[in-house]
Amino acid sequence: MSKLIFEKSIPNRKGYSLPELTDSEKECNLHIPSKYFATEPPELPEVSELDVVRHFTNLSLENVSLDANFYPLGSCTMKYNPKACERIAAMDGFASLHPLLPQLRGGGMLTQGALEVLHETENLLCEIVGMDAFTLQPMAGAHGELTGIMLIAAYHCDKGNKKTKVLIPDSAHGTNPSSATIGGYKVVTVPSDANGCMDMNAFEESLDESVAAIMLTSPNTLGLFNPDIHTLADKAHAVDALLYYDGANLNAILGKIRPGDLGFDVVHLNLHKTFATPHGGGGPGSGPVGVKESLIPYMPTSIIVKRQDGTFALEYKREKSIGYIAPFYGNFGILLRAYVYILLLGKEGLSRVSENAVINANYIMAKLRDKYDLPYNRSCMHESVFSATRQAKNGVTALDVAKALIDRGFHPPTIYFPLIVKEAMMIEPTETESKEEIDSFIQAMLEIAELAETDSESFHALPKTKSITRLDEKKAVKDKIFSV
Amino acid sequence: MSTPDNLKYTKDHEWVRIDGEIAIIGITDHAQNELGDITYVELPAVGKKVEANGELAVIESVKAASDILAPIAGTVSEVNNALDDEPEEVNDSPYENGWICKLTDIDASEVDGLMSAADYEAFIK
Repeated sequence: MSKLIFEKSIPNRKGYSLPELTDSEKECNLHIPSKYFATEPPELPEVSELDVVRHFTNLSLENVSLDANFYPLGSCTMKYNPKACERIAAMDGFASLHPLLPQLRGGGMLTQGALEVLHETENLLCEIVGMDAFTLQPMAGAHGELTGIMLIAAYHCDKGNKKTKVLIPDSAHGTNPSSATIGGYKVVTVPSDANGCMDMNAFEESLDESVAAIMLTSPNTLGLFNPDIHTLADKAHAVDALLYYDGANLNAILGKIRPGDLGFDVVHLNLHKTFATPHGGGGPGSGPVGVKESLIPYMPTSIIVKRQDGTFALEYKREKSIGYIAPFYGNFGILLRAYVYILLLGKEGLSRVSENAVINANYIMAKLRDKYDLPYNRSCMHESVFSATRQAKNGVTALDVAKALIDRGFHPPTIYFPLIVKEAMMIEPTETESKEEIDSFIQAMLEIAELAETDSESFHALPKTKSITRLDEKKAVKDKIFSV
Repeated sequence: MSTPDNLKYTKDHEWVRIDGEIAIIGITDHAQNELGDITYVELPAVGKKVEANGELAVIESVKAASDILAPIAGTVSEVNNALDDEPEEVNDSPYENGWICKLTDIDASEVDGLMSAADYEAFIK
């Protein structure tokens, strides 16, 4: 493992030179009370510029990342982030804007461009998913879910509905039950049927007047589309239960069908997945929430409004609003990248995104289904869930397959999720990978399947090519060290 | 995979053994094998009342966190505190040292509705 940059520190080595203080800067210092001056220099590594460049370049090479590797992490939609979006987000007029500016007297006129971007992004997202209004504020998918649940709760409270439960399928992302629970609801888990979709009989048994919402991912986490979605929506609406759309898998239906047309009332999107903004390693994410008209009064503040003269302003007074859910206006730089991405691709381009994402996933499924078990064996959407059960009988688990892929230059798929599939391996290639890249991944998976039959022992020490090899996952979870 | 004959089993992979007025509860060998290395067991509070199929404890492995449900109704009378330091006992000894908790105030006839060892073995096949 490489040294920390602090361990490379040599006393008095420097990678910078500071200019002399000007007279006015010296003058300035006289006005700062002495108690605010540091008495000790900060503990920083003393290194040259070249030391720093080499240190971080070498560290970055340790990373298995989208810039260097195929990254089929199911449910995460690790697609390529176009450089054009980065260039525009770096433009000084956007990057240097102070978030308080629109709230200052006269500041609104200095931020019209940024407000217009936000307003237009809201409109575009409304059109793409068939909703009537959007808030761009939530900072991540789970934050969007919480916002969505708070909106649903505000809707039911305002109508005087006595609602206590939220129905969630057993294939759901773990954040769904978490969000519903934090929103004050009791979670009822609905099992999946043999086709991998929500069991309609079980759903109807659980559905009554006390159900506030049904949270669904569509296509679901098995990469399967629910053919009963319209019936499900009608039955939910008959008891005034709202339909919540977890947008994690929007990449499968982008430009083809709209959650709003399927009967969903509240939608959260993951811009960092479907709309190609930076993802992983902290993002930052962005989880806008869209609603149908009946929920608009509860949307969080601030709200961007277009005045009659065509200028944009922020509105804070909304009587029934759930209030602030984030400081300022969401992760603006991320929203801007998503806006540019949508404009770059256009309506036709967005449709081709989902077409290629689905074709790529089905291609992998078709090529691997003979060598790996496929518990739900039907054509998939943008991802497919295999099981390493056959390999596990020889002692090679999904975790071992994942580690073997790292040594072959691929980021592993999502493993052990969804929970209803044993030894799950959830593969999502996304639309941005070429056939050649996908073929080499398939080849690696086939080699691994063969090796699992002949030399299962060799798997347990993998990966071997990285400076950090097999981690002790048990120790990592059990013996947590929170301080240094 | 072992499935002792003197225990009763649930579809959620818990086992229960009736010892006089007390029911002892744990998870099966099959369950621990599926979960993988167990890293934490969130034990219930002594005195907690549970219904049959009510949430009793939470078990975490390197793969997932899962609920342990009560095979029968009762009141928690004792928990296996040794699992705080050595949760791996659930892996190593699911039917002995890896027991989770004991219930009192039970109706022993409730176990009649649960699976026998042979039924459970057929169930997990």
